[in-house]
Amino acid sequence: MTTLLIFIVLVLVAIAVWQMTKIFELSQLRTENSEIANDSDNKYNGYLLFAFMVFTYLITIFCFWKYTKFLLPDAASAHGEEYDFLMLVSFVIIFIVQFITQFLLHYFGYKYSGKEGQKALFYADNDRLEFIWTIIPVIVLAGLILWGLYSWTEIMDVNDEDDPMMIELYAQQFNWTARYGGEDNVLGGANVRMIDIDKANVLGLDESDAYAADDVVVKELHLPVGRKVNFKMRSQDVLHSAYFPHFRAQMNCVPGMTTEFSFTPIKTTAEMRQDPDVVDKVKRTNKIRAKRAMNGEDNSEPWEFDYVLLCNKICGKSHYNMQMKIIVETQEEYDAWMKSQQTFGQTMAGAQ
Amino acid sequence: MSAGHEHGDDHAHDDHGHHHHKETFVTKYIFSQDHKMIAKQYLITGVLAMGFIGIAMSLMFRMQLAWPGESFGIFETLLGKWAPEGVMDADIYLSLVTIHGTIMVFFVLTAGLSGTFSNLLIPLQIGARDMASGFLNMVSYWLFFISSVIMVCSLFVEAGPASAGWTVYPPLSALPMAQSGSGMGMTLWLVSMAIFIASSLLGSLNYIVTVLNLRTKGMSMTRLPLTIWAFFVTAVIGVISFPVLLSAALLLIMDRSFGTSFFLSDIFIQGEVLHYQGGSPVLYEHLFWFLGHPEVYIVILPAMGIVSEVMAVNSRKPIFGYRAMIASILAIAFLSTIVWGHHMFISGMNPFLGSVFTFTTLLIAIPSAVKAFNWITTLWKGNLQLNPGMLFSIAMVSTFITGGLTGIILGDSALDINVHDTYFVVAHFHLVMGISALYGVFAGVYHWFPKMFEGKMMNKNLGYVHFWVTAVCAYGVFFPMHFVGMAGVPRRYYQNTDFPMFDELTDVQVLMTVFALIAGAAQLVFLYNFIHSMFYGKKGPKNPWKATTLEWTAEVKHIHGNWDGPIPHVHRWAYDYSKVDENGEYIIPGQDFVPQTVPLKEGEEELQH
Repeated sequence: MTTLLIFIVLVLVAIAVWQMTKIFELSQLRTENSEIANDSDNKYNGYLLFAFMVFTYLITIFCFWKYTKFLLPDAASAHGEEYDFLMLVSFVIIFIVQFITQFLLHYFGYKYSGKEGQKALFYADNDRLEFIWTIIPVIVLAGLILWGLYSWTEIMDVNDEDDPMMIELYAQQFNWTARYGGEDNVLGGANVRMIDIDKANVLGLDESDAYAADDVVVKELHLPVGRKVNFKMRSQDVLHSAYFPHFRAQMNCVPGMTTEFSFTPIKTTAEMRQDPDVVDKVKRTNKIRAKRAMNGEDNSEPWEFDYVLLCNKICGKSHYNMQMKIIVETQEEYDAWMKSQQTFGQTMAGAQ
Repeated sequence: MSAGHEHGDDHAHDDHGHHHHKETFVTKYIFSQDHKMIAKQYLITGVLAMGFIGIAMSLMFRMQLAWPGESFGIFETLLGKWAPEGVMDADIYLSLVTIHGTIMVFFVLTAGLSGTFSNLLIPLQIGARDMASGFLNMVSYWLFFISSVIMVCSLFVEAGPASAGWTVYPPLSALPMAQSGSGMGMTLWLVSMAIFIASSLLGSLNYIVTVLNLRTKGMSMTRLPLTIWAFFVTAVIGVISFPVLLSAALLLIMDRSFGTSFFLSDIFIQGEVLHYQGGSPVLYEHLFWFLGHPEVYIVILPAMGIVSEVMAVNSRKPIFGYRAMIASILAIAFLSTIVWGHHMFISGMNPFLGSVFTFTTLLIAIPSAVKAFNWITTLWKGNLQLNPGMLFSIAMVSTFITGGLTGIILGDSALDINVHDTYFVVAHFHLVMGISALYGVFAGVYHWFPKMFEGKMMNKNLGYVHFWVTAVCAYGVFFPMHFVGMAGVPRRYYQNTDFPMFDELTDVQVLMTVFALIAGAAQLVFLYNFIHSMFYGKKGPKNPWKATTLEWTAEVKHIHGNWDGPIPHVHRWAYDYSKVDENGEYIIPGQDFVPQTVPLKEGEEELQH
């Protein structure tokens, strides 16, 4: 079916090309036969430039109308709200500039399209104009830079204030593992050289380190809402990137070093599932999935919203499917879940 | 500065052009030392051949993205064992992405663009008989050719071509056990790039020396057309930054083949710990982007130069703010070498460094904005001759603005966090440097085709069709792509089906792919037009666009030495279009331009800005 559609589209395009060439040729019947644009070329292409301007506006409006709902829902982290606001302001500025400059560019292209005998204006310089369009970007950018740097410094300031929870994110081809500091909230020492697959010590924890004994190693990330989390990232093989789109957070995982990022989740998974945007998105997605189920295709089971951690740095063949589920829950739910987990010490004891 | 460049005039090259050396087929078409022939060789190898491969690859992986897991006969035909039963394999998807990036950035838009137009235009526009060293110029082309051949050969390696992304970050690119493409394919990639860098350096040094030393009498630096300024500064950036990429490539080769640990440390892969200790992948990122960022300006500056020139000629107006244009080229060139860290905000480097790079990055928006406004003002009250080259120039300004504006978001370290490495970035750089630079190439090819092929011109109607289809499709592909990125879709994903949150974006992917396929088909129109016109193109007048610059005073027929007689002298800048005297009459009655070779009239003021 798609093959047929593509074929039809290609045929139509070929016909369109042929017809357009003909139109251009017909429009030049009574003029000299040369490959240099003449008045009628200038006229028609001037109109087309104007039409093209309309097209750029239309495609912008179309995308906003159809695709805005696809964008990520409201931020689920404390710093994310400010992030979204800065993004919004930047976009407003961008679209104002885009609208004006594209208009001038194409409108001039249309308005001043060449005619025999028309005299162009010898206009080589104007210091005041150039000063204006140097100084305006300087001021606007200075504002954006200052604001951006302020946010950046805030976001990247990973500190121990407000009793943050310590979690290690461990990346390998092609999955994620999380390690909690445990009772003492301190991550035990670790190195790839201490990995012992036979004993299921997959993160290379130091078995002799007392801090490591109470660490909890899991394959699903649970976070209590409202508590600041300091993530320490490690990778055992190649570069990965821990990307939390819903939390406006991302940091690369680099073999040989520990990187860090910190954020505070502010909405539980349950709350997020109630968010009107998310409800709509899930509805739309499940409609697509229901259709797939009818056709007997894959990926057709109904979806329920969950936060997710993605790998966002090319890491090999299955890069596209390196993910971990994140669950943000109330402190009580979190505590109950944590209680059901085995500590590293218990796992090791079991392996003996 | 302007006086005293008389060489080439009378001595040394005097005999050229008057009586030809005996030229065989080999010295004329293959091992040619003539800059015009070398320019054509670059154009055909770099833009047409490599460009065809690069674009074809992008169409294939776009099809995979729109219809993930679908079986296509064309995949089976072209990819063979990498597409069992016509379904594209995940490894070859990454290879296609990698090689597409490498080919387009380096082979098409660096060698193809600079190689073609610097070679063609530098001697012709500054009034020189040839490059400073014709021999080095030839060596540069043939090194480029060898590196292209090696890159193409790497596509046929048993374990697959390089597939670590065009940035080839280690450890992924360093460890053959991390992915199959990091074996022989990556070795060939590195060898090819090392040769490519040598070629690029030889070329750049030649351009610099030629521009500085071989300008004709009267051709001061401030009378140069902006094309030459752009090529000159591009060459300077190339000389500064390409050696750093060579060092990165060499260190990577050593890590791969000789067991050193420059970029590797603490690695456990496939059940064993490797011996590497103490290196850092972040060091590689620094070295790579120290070239990588200037590289995008190496790509876009020549396009800007071409656009400035084509736009002034076809507007029948001087370029607005000539000196500001030069200043902004220089500012961009300087800033381009101190912004590389904006590719690494979340690489794990110190966040304070991120602040510094945010600052320098957003500064670069200022000269870019000045250029955009100057181009727009150049159109104002012009008498626009909408030739295909002119249309591509206008469109280049359009895509440069659209793509450049989103740079404000990506250059802001705070905002980069959530869109880093998503399709938002892909959309941004494709518009601002990919499409814009390609438009620069097209503008240049349509405009200087008569200069390359002895007066033959390309068919304008096919040119218009090519332009309008391309212009619409380019936005059709890359405008919606921003939204895909803002929805959080990471780049370099073989398919997005493993995340239900991306399900509804499939429609957008289909839309983009359909536009991409149409755009690809439109390039065939260009290819046909190019080849057809090469042999059967209609001959135009000697100076078809009525331009002031020197290349149109050179002989239409290609002779070694460019001018049959003495080299013309220059008396004015390159932009005396529609200049009038105090009575409002053109300086030369009945003609709206004054060639650079015409001396100032009595009482005429040299209005040069």
